Amino acid sequence: MNSANYLYLSAMLFTIGAVGVVIRRNAIVVFMCIELMLNAANLAFVTFARINGTLDGQVIAFFTMVVAACEVVVGLAIIVTIFRSRRSTSVDDASLLKR
Amino acid sequence: MTSNNLVYLVALPLFSSGFLMILGRRADKWGHIFATLISASAFGIGAFEFLQMLARPSESRAVTQKLFSWISVGTFQVDASLLLDQLSISFVLLITGVGTLIHIYSIAYMSHDLDRRRFFAFLNFFIAAMLLLVLGDSYLNLYVGWEGVGLASYLLIGFWNQKPEYATAAKKAFVANRVGDVGLSLAIMIAFATFGTVSFSGVEEKVSGASTAALTGIGLMLLLAAAGKSAQFPLQSWLGDAMAGPTPVSALIHAATMVTAGVYLIARSNFIFDNAPTAQLCVVIIGAITLMFGALIGTAKDDIKKALAASTMSQIGYMILATGLGPVGYAFAIMHLLTHGFFKAGMFLGAGSVMHGMDDEVNMRKYGGLGKFMPITAITFGLGYLAIIGVPPFAGFYSKDKIIETAFNAEGIKGLLIGSAALLGALVTAFYMTRVIILTFTGAKRWDEKAHPHESPFLMWGPMAILAIGSVASGFLLSSGNRFVSWLAPVVNSHEADHAEHVERFQPVVVTSMALVAVVIGVAIAIVKYRSQVPRVAPTNVRFFTRIARRDLLQDDFNEVVLMRPGQALTKFLVATDEKAIDGAVRTVGAVVIGSSKGIRKTQTGFVRSYALLILLGAFGLLATIWVVTL
Repeated sequence: MNSANYLYLSAMLFTIGAVGVVIRRNAIVVFMCIELMLNAANLAFVTFARINGTLDGQVIAFFTMVVAACEVVVGLAIIVTIFRSRRSTSVDDASLLKR
Repeated sequence: MTSNNLVYLVALPLFSSGFLMILGRRADKWGHIFATLISASAFGIGAFEFLQMLARPSESRAVTQKLFSWISVGTFQVDASLLLDQLSISFVLLITGVGTLIHIYSIAYMSHDLDRRRFFAFLNFFIAAMLLLVLGDSYLNLYVGWEGVGLASYLLIGFWNQKPEYATAAKKAFVANRVGDVGLSLAIMIAFATFGTVSFSGVEEKVSGASTAALTGIGLMLLLAAAGKSAQFPLQSWLGDAMAGPTPVSALIHAATMVTAGVYLIARSNFIFDNAPTAQLCVVIIGAITLMFGALIGTAKDDIKKALAASTMSQIGYMILATGLGPVGYAFAIMHLLTHGFFKAGMFLGAGSVMHGMDDEVNMRKYGGLGKFMPITAITFGLGYLAIIGVPPFAGFYSKDKIIETAFNAEGIKGLLIGSAALLGALVTAFYMTRVIILTFTGAKRWDEKAHPHESPFLMWGPMAILAIGSVASGFLLSSGNRFVSWLAPVVNSHEADHAEHVERFQPVVVTSMALVAVVIGVAIAIVKYRSQVPRVAPTNVRFFTRIARRDLLQDDFNEVVLMRPGQALTKFLVATDEKAIDGAVRTVGAVVIGSSKGIRKTQTGFVRSYALLILLGAFGLLATIWVVTL
């Protein structure tokens, strides 16, 4: 099978994720879109590793997973905290920094 | 030789001063007595040391005491050490002796003042600082005392600082003194750069290896310092205003002791001046100018204290003149300083006694005929008067006559010029002092109806009487058998041989008779001029010369036009520059930053999604750039 197809899939997933981050207001959905972008990048890494016949990309994919796991922990905690205090998960409601 | 007692000379009055100031009003009842006892005990220590010194042979009379190592930087070592030699002990006895008498006098003089305790604390502080000045064994130690007496002088001139003009007089004295102090600090710096040490003995050792230029520089800077402290031309203008202080202060600080510190400085630095002829010549010139300057001002003053102040200026001019005349002059300068300490302090106390009896009136035109009402004051003042104009056998005769004689016998035309100046000064001195006597103690009474002149209490006339005895006897005691000259010889390196090989242009007896004739002429002019009725208000239709003499020979006007106004203009210009240019530049930078940040701030919306979009666009932009560049 042509490896390029994996790259196309990765690009599509990344674009969906990026658009989702920009247009959606719900913090949970934005969060999932970020995960989607991370995994799209992971897919690209693994694909390139296969194309080049080395393990570098696969190793970096593991790192990305670790980072993603940490990000989930911190991010979800922030979202839960904001929801508790403001009764909302809309990212537009949390715009207090400008004042 | 070392001695462990020297430190108490400085420490006792210093402690007493701080003690009285810290205790505050609690010490009001007994503070003055405490301070007087402390001053007397300092005199006791001084007298003890003097007797011990007398017992030793002349070459081993100096004693030192190291207090602590003050500055220790590499090869630069300064110890806080005290040195008591023949020169210092003369000053120590004068300062503590006259100082104690004036303490006693002040008990009565200041008895109505609510702040008498503070006054005595300041007096003791002055005694401590002045003793440190004359006891320091290096220029740096001297400098500490030098600044200390300047501070004491400032505090005491402005003692009644509730009057604005008195506070201004204090400031004026302080500022004029600062100019001189700059000279002293520069002299110390040049001395350190040249010799690598600032102690008197160290400098004296290395002085032969130094260049004449450096020595002249040090000499001129020391002269500037002396001019500031001793009210010499061109820094003399503060002394007249310094009379704003209470009269005992004028007697102690601005007549007997502090203002003579310049003479001490030059006499102490004899090894520098003896090797720097140019500086020595400048000393002579400054002394000659000031002695005339002061004498001329003295002829025109109606304020009794200011007339005495002008006289002080003039007499210190004599001393400075003598210090510029080489090895033999130093001893005569110090001798005149000591006799002057007696008779001038005595006369100032007399003036204070007159003011005390006349409700603080200082205008001599409103005195007249006081001799009948204040016999003791008149007699003591009169003895001081006879001493200052140089009538034999009173003290001033011996010391001043020696100075005039030495001046005449200086080599070349210089000798004739300064000798004549000194002689003319003696004439003018006789004139204006006679004027003071006539206006104050003789003639018809011119005082206000409400004045009730009366003799002062014993506490006041006692010290005056002792000082009057000094005015009578000190000159003879010091000069008989050349006693004082040989006493000081080891310090100022003068030897009888130096004197002998000098070409004597005038025999002593010739000079003495010339001086006496000058005195008689001066007295005669004054008697003729003031014999008749003296107007109560100073006449205004007087000659131009009298007018400028009343204005201190225009010294203040000169300072105002040449120094103060341009200084103020410069200050204004600098303030304007600071506000317009420097502050303007700073404010412009600030305004630009504020303006631009106002614009940029609008991009910070606080919406997470717009930040995400910006990041995304940025990433795209970055990729696009990389793509374009690598293509």
